[in-house]
Amino acid sequence: MELMIAVALGILTSCGVFLILRARTFSVVLGLTLLSHAVNLFLFSMGRLTSGAPAIVGLTPSSADPLPQALVLTAIVISFAMTAFVVVLSLKAAVELRSDHVDGENPNEDRP
Amino acid sequence: MTHLMILPVVIPMLAAGWLLLNHRASIGRQRVWSILSTVALVALGVWAVSAAQVDFRTYWLGNWQPPFGIVLVLDRLSAMMLLLAALLALFCVLYASRGSDREGPHFHALFQFQLMGINGAFLTGDLFNLFVFFEILLLASYALLLHGGGRARSRAGLHYVVINLLGSALFLLALGILYGLTGTLNMADLAIRISAASPDDQTLLKGAALLLMVVFGIKAAILPLLFWLPRAYSASSAPVAALFAIMTKVGFYAMVRVLLIVFGLDSVQPLNADVFLWLWPLALITLGLGAVGILGAASLRTMAAYMVILSSGLLMASFAMAEATILAASLFYLLHSTCLAAVFFLLADLIGRQRAEGYDLLSVTAPLTSRWVLATLFLVSAVSMAGLPPFSGFVSKAWLLQNAINHPQYLWLWGITLVAGLFMIAALSRAGSGWFWKPEPYTGRQRRRLDPARVATVSVLIGISAALALFAAPVMDYMSATAGQLYQPSAYVEAVLGDSALAKGRHTP
Repeated sequence: MELMIAVALGILTSCGVFLILRARTFSVVLGLTLLSHAVNLFLFSMGRLTSGAPAIVGLTPSSADPLPQALVLTAIVISFAMTAFVVVLSLKAAVELRSDHVDGENPNEDRP
Repeated sequence: MTHLMILPVVIPMLAAGWLLLNHRASIGRQRVWSILSTVALVALGVWAVSAAQVDFRTYWLGNWQPPFGIVLVLDRLSAMMLLLAALLALFCVLYASRGSDREGPHFHALFQFQLMGINGAFLTGDLFNLFVFFEILLLASYALLLHGGGRARSRAGLHYVVINLLGSALFLLALGILYGLTGTLNMADLAIRISAASPDDQTLLKGAALLLMVVFGIKAAILPLLFWLPRAYSASSAPVAALFAIMTKVGFYAMVRVLLIVFGLDSVQPLNADVFLWLWPLALITLGLGAVGILGAASLRTMAAYMVILSSGLLMASFAMAEATILAASLFYLLHSTCLAAVFFLLADLIGRQRAEGYDLLSVTAPLTSRWVLATLFLVSAVSMAGLPPFSGFVSKAWLLQNAINHPQYLWLWGITLVAGLFMIAALSRAGSGWFWKPEPYTGRQRRRLDPARVATVSVLIGISAALALFAAPVMDYMSATAGQLYQPSAYVEAVLGDSALAKGRHTP
């Protein structure tokens, strides 16, 4: 399971970084979302990977660490709000600047 | 246990909540509530500074004992930052209440949320909680930056939001590493466990420390991570930009707190030594770049943005010298530079309104009204910013350079700081002579009256910076004690976790 999580994290992060480095707002937003997925998964796995162990002490012989779950919940809520905000902001920028380039202008189109 | 400590977070939160719920209330009532809340914060800041001089104060949220619950810690540094933020915010909100809060809805609610995030970041003693307060202040700052709308703000806002979202992701990665290795996020508890960590974990811990520095470096504008700042600060409205002058200092505060407390407890081989190795050259280049930016700026607002970068670079460079006496002087410089950067953002707006055309562009020499008043304000703040006697800029820089002289690498700091000062004098005198000497007297038919309330706000803020020079001795004593306290992380740990925590923690890692 560790290997699977590690590979998934690697793929998510590399896709996220690749997309963030693109010059269009839509890809940047997608990249940020992928990166925050990777980060959330990483944070979650920092409580060590256990299966069949609830996060409540006493129900079963072994229990999972509840704190990373609480942390990741907070992180998810925050990244959700931020994603919503950045989507609206990039729509606003695309309308006002008449381009979805992150700098607000398309270097290829402006040439005569 | 006194509940006063939580009020710097709760008061702006309640005020912002009230303002959001009553967003149809007249702008006058909104202003009254916002100003009242900020005045209360100033009073709390004064209380905090006097309380912190006695001893540490801790506040257990929900009465959960540390290290299990979130703890708020008030020490000299956080008290001083609380007071500075509240004072600055008071002048910003007064200035904004003269009209720029009408450019869009919810200005005061956003402003109070911003203060809530800033105060929380100064008070918290838990790293994850620091992340949460960072997000609160960032989210409010995104909206404040865009307040009023316009193409320039949308473009600058997009860059600002994206780089800070990336910073948040890195912050969480660093927190994940730290939690995975130590099983705690309380700063005092982390300090104990990091000092007792096994040698196998050192590399990962170092990685986490450097990741955190990248995150705080984005906020504090260190060299490769500062290119969002000039555009964002010069695009936002004057009171917002003036408030943002404290934001880079929040990054610097977090840097000091984390490096000295969390990574500095192990006195034999502290982890922060490796970070200082990176911080020193980067901060020096930031300082130089700020000076070049000031010289090359096309408008006064951009110039002020580069002043923020310059002061940030000087702060981090002096911090990277890793000595208590130098840190004391740089904390004094922090007070001075925050006030003065805010003054310049407000001055740019004040002068821009009186000019017939060109707003704050340096290339335009337009006739302006009330020349004498504006020129005097500009002269006093320029002299102070450039570090010429007799104002606070001179006192703080002289103290800083004097304290740095025993450091083996002091010549770098001396050279770059003094040359940067020269650049600043050149840029400011060019701007001042172009604006106040060259133009013809104002003959336009339309009368532009100077707003006395705005002038009063800016003058009092300049006066505070002059008072810093006048009452320098008590402030210097406070700063020396603050730096001494920061370089004794064991006292912080004992204040948070109890007297026996250090001895216990060392034995059972």
